[in-house]
Amino acid sequence: MSMNTMIRKSTTILTYFKSNYNNFFSTSTRRKPNLTNHHPRRFNSTTSPNPIHDQVIDFPGGNLKFIPQMTFLSESQQHRVPCYRVLDDNGEPIFGTDFVQVSEDFAVKMYNNMVALQTMDTIFYEAQRQGRISFYVTTNGEEAINIASAAALSMNDVIFPQYREQGVLLWRGFTLQEFANQCFSNKFDNGKGRQMPAHYGSNKHNYMNVASTVATQIPHAVGAAYSLKMDKKDACAVTYFGDGGSSEGDFHAGLNFAAVMEAPVIFICRNNGWAISTPTSDQFRSDGIVVKGQAYGVRSIRVDGNDALAIYSAVQAARQMAVSEERPILIEALTYRVGHHSTSDDSTKYRPANEIEWWRLSRDPVARFRKWIERNGWWNDMAESELRNSLRQQLLQTIQVAESVEKPPLADMFSDVYDVPPSNLHEQEKRLKETVKKHPHVYPTNISI
Amino acid sequence: MLGVIRNKNLLRPSFSAFRHLSSSAKQMTVRDALNSALDEEMSADPKVFLMGEEVGEYQGAYKISKGLLEKYGPERVLDTPITEAGFTGIGVGAAYYGLKPVVEFMTFNFSMQAIDHIINSAAKSNYMSAGQINVPIVFRGPNGAAAGVGAQHSHCYASWYGSCPGLKVLAPYSSEDARGLLKAAIRDPDPVVFLENELLYGESFPVSAEVLDSSFCLPIGKAKIEREGKDVTITAFSKMVGFALKAAETLEKEGISAEVINLRSIRPLDRATINASVRKTNRLVTVEEGFPQHGVGAEICASVIEESFGYLDAPVERIAGADVPMPYAANLERLAVPQIEDIVRAAKRACHRSVPMAATA
Repeated sequence: MSMNTMIRKSTTILTYFKSNYNNFFSTSTRRKPNLTNHHPRRFNSTTSPNPIHDQVIDFPGGNLKFIPQMTFLSESQQHRVPCYRVLDDNGEPIFGTDFVQVSEDFAVKMYNNMVALQTMDTIFYEAQRQGRISFYVTTNGEEAINIASAAALSMNDVIFPQYREQGVLLWRGFTLQEFANQCFSNKFDNGKGRQMPAHYGSNKHNYMNVASTVATQIPHAVGAAYSLKMDKKDACAVTYFGDGGSSEGDFHAGLNFAAVMEAPVIFICRNNGWAISTPTSDQFRSDGIVVKGQAYGVRSIRVDGNDALAIYSAVQAARQMAVSEERPILIEALTYRVGHHSTSDDSTKYRPANEIEWWRLSRDPVARFRKWIERNGWWNDMAESELRNSLRQQLLQTIQVAESVEKPPLADMFSDVYDVPPSNLHEQEKRLKETVKKHPHVYPTNISI
Repeated sequence: MLGVIRNKNLLRPSFSAFRHLSSSAKQMTVRDALNSALDEEMSADPKVFLMGEEVGEYQGAYKISKGLLEKYGPERVLDTPITEAGFTGIGVGAAYYGLKPVVEFMTFNFSMQAIDHIINSAAKSNYMSAGQINVPIVFRGPNGAAAGVGAQHSHCYASWYGSCPGLKVLAPYSSEDARGLLKAAIRDPDPVVFLENELLYGESFPVSAEVLDSSFCLPIGKAKIEREGKDVTITAFSKMVGFALKAAETLEKEGISAEVINLRSIRPLDRATINASVRKTNRLVTVEEGFPQHGVGAEICASVIEESFGYLDAPVERIAGADVPMPYAANLERLAVPQIEDIVRAAKRACHRSVPMAATA
């Protein structure tokens, strides 16, 4: 800001303050002391004409009361924010619970997708361990957040994922073969082999590309939500991030802007306890993420992330409020990252193996949901083994196919840097092609020109 | 000289147009040129909207958005909270999903808080998504040295943004440039970094009827030869174009004919125009206010060495800002940015009219 701007700016602020200051005093001098309702307190001055608690300050943002007590807000609430759940650990609905009913077909579809996601993660993870792909991230333990949140949304809602939400894309119809093509970066990869494995994106499915930069998707979702609002569309933007992502400035900026811009956006935090090796106790000292919403003026809820029905119900209600009331909603889903952060780390090096085992065996969201549909008579052991076998066969087949398909052609290296390639890129591409043709023996044979 | 500029700047109300009434041609300030370009593009395309700190009620820290809030309303002229990373990210998200945001930085120094969104998100998304997500967004605001505002308001980011594929980087000098390039930037489907100059906002330039027409637009990636010459080529952008033209006047009196190239576009860089000029004059002086290392001049020099080495009759002269953060004190500040005399001296050295720099070292 230049000097003159700064000078002009401060004058404006001063004028503004003065007018409010005068208002405040004129209001307070007009107010008569109400002595009959005044309860004497130890430190009250009996000669004071104005009991201080009757005074208000007309401050930008609304009127505030003055109080005589010097009270600091506590760094934490007396009770932690409770967590909404529908099904208990045995998949039995909790008495008196408030949730959205789902039909048999829909519940079975949700379960099928959860198992497909679990199986895909297992097969792709193994493929990485066999050295067939370079990298992978699993959603193990977070299948309910993935599938149930996707099931509660409309296809018009725009997804801004982090990188552990492939289940949302699966629910939206991205095929197992398309997932495999991306991980093997072959010529059928809809991303032309430009991103690391598991960094999916599909315009057709309203699923924005996965960004490796943590939390940048949060303000992007707010911007897209603003766009949806301006176009008066019956849709919202939905962004996912982890507990670690909530430490990024982008999270705070995103929530603040969404509140101020009244943007229809749902923030879904998968609080899975671990940001790579950093536990939440080293990440923040607040009561998780949910309490941060209120500080920004954003309606918020804490949900059991391993309870598919609770996630489904909460996301559906959030969507309804976001779209019809044009407002942001924050959902903190409590869960546990049962897998490693990615294939680049071994999480038993930084957390106890029995902790992982307990969550994997006793708190598995897929098993819990299965118990519920079995209890309803919608599922049985035979259906289970058929589904798992068939998915395993399909997935093994998809990776074999993906592996055998050619890699992207040379031209894919130069396209899409700009909408229309500038002359220097044309020139580079032309020269490279000529050189490869001239000296074929020094270039790898797996590049089609 | 900068002291004079500073006084002028403080005394002149920055929102009123500074016009040379004596000139017969129609005159327009750079500020009015930018304002009218924004106005016309917002009027032509309802997807275009402006966001940033102070752009609405306050009409812009430098009054570039004067009158736009009143005309287009608070949904399209958005006063944002003070978080560069926030509003830049939100702009990028809005561009991902159908809008064409124009994001104003109060100065490009503050864009550093948002550079993640400009580089990692805006510049790379079209490529990373295999063309599924294009990002039609303009990042604009004053860049480079102003006067008396210290290191954190004076940095030139042309070479920073100029080094990143996926971005287009423009730097207007005159009112014609400002109008034509800003309109081109807003209409462009790719992300554009638009580097203005605070000290030029109040400057008036003659404008033709063609420039004033609402259909006027300049091509991105094309430099303009502001003055033809045959003895030495001087490349410059933004405020330095004016300095180069003044230097050319001085040189003319001494019998040296200088060709002045206004780069207009930092990326794509118009290598063809630069090289054609050097092949004619056989001498090159590059001028910029930014730092010398890895600067715009360094890139131009490399391009000329690669393509026209055999045509050079003298070493390339590079005039740049001093390799220090900008000092505040006026005497030191003047020494830290290129002056007209520096350009004159460099051109003379290139033309062998004085002792080469290396010989004096």
